[in-house]
Amino acid sequence: MNLDIRLPIGLMFALFGAILMVYGLASDPAQYARSLGINMNLNWGGVMLVTGLILLYFGRRAGSKA
Amino acid sequence: MMIQLSWVDFLLLAIYAVFTMGIGFVLKESVKSSDDFFLSGRAIPAWITGLAFLSANLGAQEVIGMAASGAKYGIMTSHFYWVGAVPAMLFVGVFMIPFYYGSKARSVPEYLKMRFDEKTRGLNAISFAVMTIFSSGISMYAMGLLLESLLGWNHHFSIWFSAAFVLAYIFLGGLTSAIYNEVMQFFLIVAGFIPLVFLGLRDVGGWAGLTTRLEKVSTANGFGPGAYTHAWSYMGTPQQNPMGVEWFGLAMGLGFVLSFGYWCTDFLVVQRAMAANSMSAARRTPLIAAIPKMIFPFLVIVPGMIAIALTYQSGSSNFALPKKPDGTFNYDLAIPMMMVQYFPSGMLGLGLTALLASFMSGMAGNVTAFNTVWTYDIYQAYIKKDGDDRHYLNVGRQATVFGIVASIGAAYLAASFNNIMDMLQLVFAFVNAPLFATFLLGMFWKRATGHGAFIGLLSGTLAAAIHHGLTLPNGATAGIKGGWMGATHMYSSEMAQNFWTAIWAWTTCFVVTIVVSLLTRPKPDDELRGLVYSLTPRLSDEGLSWYQKPGIVAIGVLILILGLNLVFM
Repeated sequence: MNLDIRLPIGLMFALFGAILMVYGLASDPAQYARSLGINMNLNWGGVMLVTGLILLYFGRRAGSKA
Repeated sequence: MMIQLSWVDFLLLAIYAVFTMGIGFVLKESVKSSDDFFLSGRAIPAWITGLAFLSANLGAQEVIGMAASGAKYGIMTSHFYWVGAVPAMLFVGVFMIPFYYGSKARSVPEYLKMRFDEKTRGLNAISFAVMTIFSSGISMYAMGLLLESLLGWNHHFSIWFSAAFVLAYIFLGGLTSAIYNEVMQFFLIVAGFIPLVFLGLRDVGGWAGLTTRLEKVSTANGFGPGAYTHAWSYMGTPQQNPMGVEWFGLAMGLGFVLSFGYWCTDFLVVQRAMAANSMSAARRTPLIAAIPKMIFPFLVIVPGMIAIALTYQSGSSNFALPKKPDGTFNYDLAIPMMMVQYFPSGMLGLGLTALLASFMSGMAGNVTAFNTVWTYDIYQAYIKKDGDDRHYLNVGRQATVFGIVASIGAAYLAASFNNIMDMLQLVFAFVNAPLFATFLLGMFWKRATGHGAFIGLLSGTLAAAIHHGLTLPNGATAGIKGGWMGATHMYSSEMAQNFWTAIWAWTTCFVVTIVVSLLTRPKPDDELRGLVYSLTPRLSDEGLSWYQKPGIVAIGVLILILGLNLVFM
């Protein structure tokens, strides 16, 4: 296959993570009452961003070896 | 209750749509032959086919349905995973894939043609093709209704839009497109559900809090206090547990007949293993899938348990399951309502993207299985035998269009004739129940003949229908629920009746296939090499690392599954 699946998924997760984090920083803290006082956008966005970057790293590494 | 999405939610949805279509366009370049289109050129690594094997079954109906069962039956729902799916996945990987992959059959019906005869293949191919179309139509309709009630989106729009979307990416990239999107969906479901379980558990006070609350649910419903949090302890008699099933019916009906029947013979999932890049990768496909499958109950069943627990005794969030007009709980809304409850804008977009992705990829799975069976097992077998490869590639693309259009038709049929759909699903259940007996005998008993298999399948289906006609779940009226030949036996629940219908169908098919086979002429050994256990050289594991050896991986997973069953005894 000419497309390593980790690249699109990694990129999408990194994008999702970055968007959620920025939105989490900018949005009104009052709306996090529903997520039991935790800023889920900021926290989970961070997790997704890191996951995305890890996938991208491995996808790129496999691509450059081949 | 209608929710307003904010711009950030739409942004995430749009990004998902762009990536999905983008993958289709990039993959278009690599689709040059029918083999590329239908079987991804048998070139996909094991971890990808493995995740696709898992996700092809993980349609939104499954995700939403498992949470609904979690709310209805509690932790017992995990039997669908820990007794049903996982052991079946280990079995297909270790014992059956060698014949599917090794025979170079391009589909499950084609294996039946090689092993038995044309009529057995035809029976399986045609019933499978009709079933996939209807199940994709039914899930499209369910999605349309859900989105309409949650977001106010017109359900006609949802049906046509999702159909066009799935059509486009399969048309471009074929099976590879479907598989890549299934892997993407796997990651999205995990990313969308972990925070949901986290927030839900926090709200009920952790696992301990959930257990205490579920005791109230159990006693309020007339069961012992641990009935919702113990998988086995309340299975002595059907009356003790919310599922209304005893341990034997569950282990045999669900564990053996239904789960093995689905995971070991359904082309929708087996096709993913056939796309793997080597025999060893093909065998590892279901084994790799079994590992996340083992953990999925915590992601999809636990939210349902939290939902029902909070409904009986609310947490700080005041969450409660909504009721239907007839006063019963609307269990299917457990997942969507919890997302609405706990997720702020942003996270809500992520959760919704995960649900939509699983709708789409569930549909794509059906369509890719359909176009392959249609092209190889119906069109090439009965309509045009001698076309060139280019021709079959085109037929496959046309079949994709046809499959989608037919699914839309089925969706509208489901919308207007609810009873017809219930009846069709019943007939499918009758047809599917005996299948595993045929494959088991086909692969492990070389004396089994084509006539035996064919007559066995028909008798099994007939036995299922008769059993259904003679029995009825308690409290139901005769008709679609059973008993239409006069109810002679009452089951304590519909589920118990289903499990026993399957057991009767399987046993009948097994016995009739053996008897008829012994009375008919066997296929010569030469024609059965690579198709039957006793005439196929053993595969060697040499040169593989320990974690690549199917036997070792399977035993490891089996031990873990045993552990999980003991912990949640």
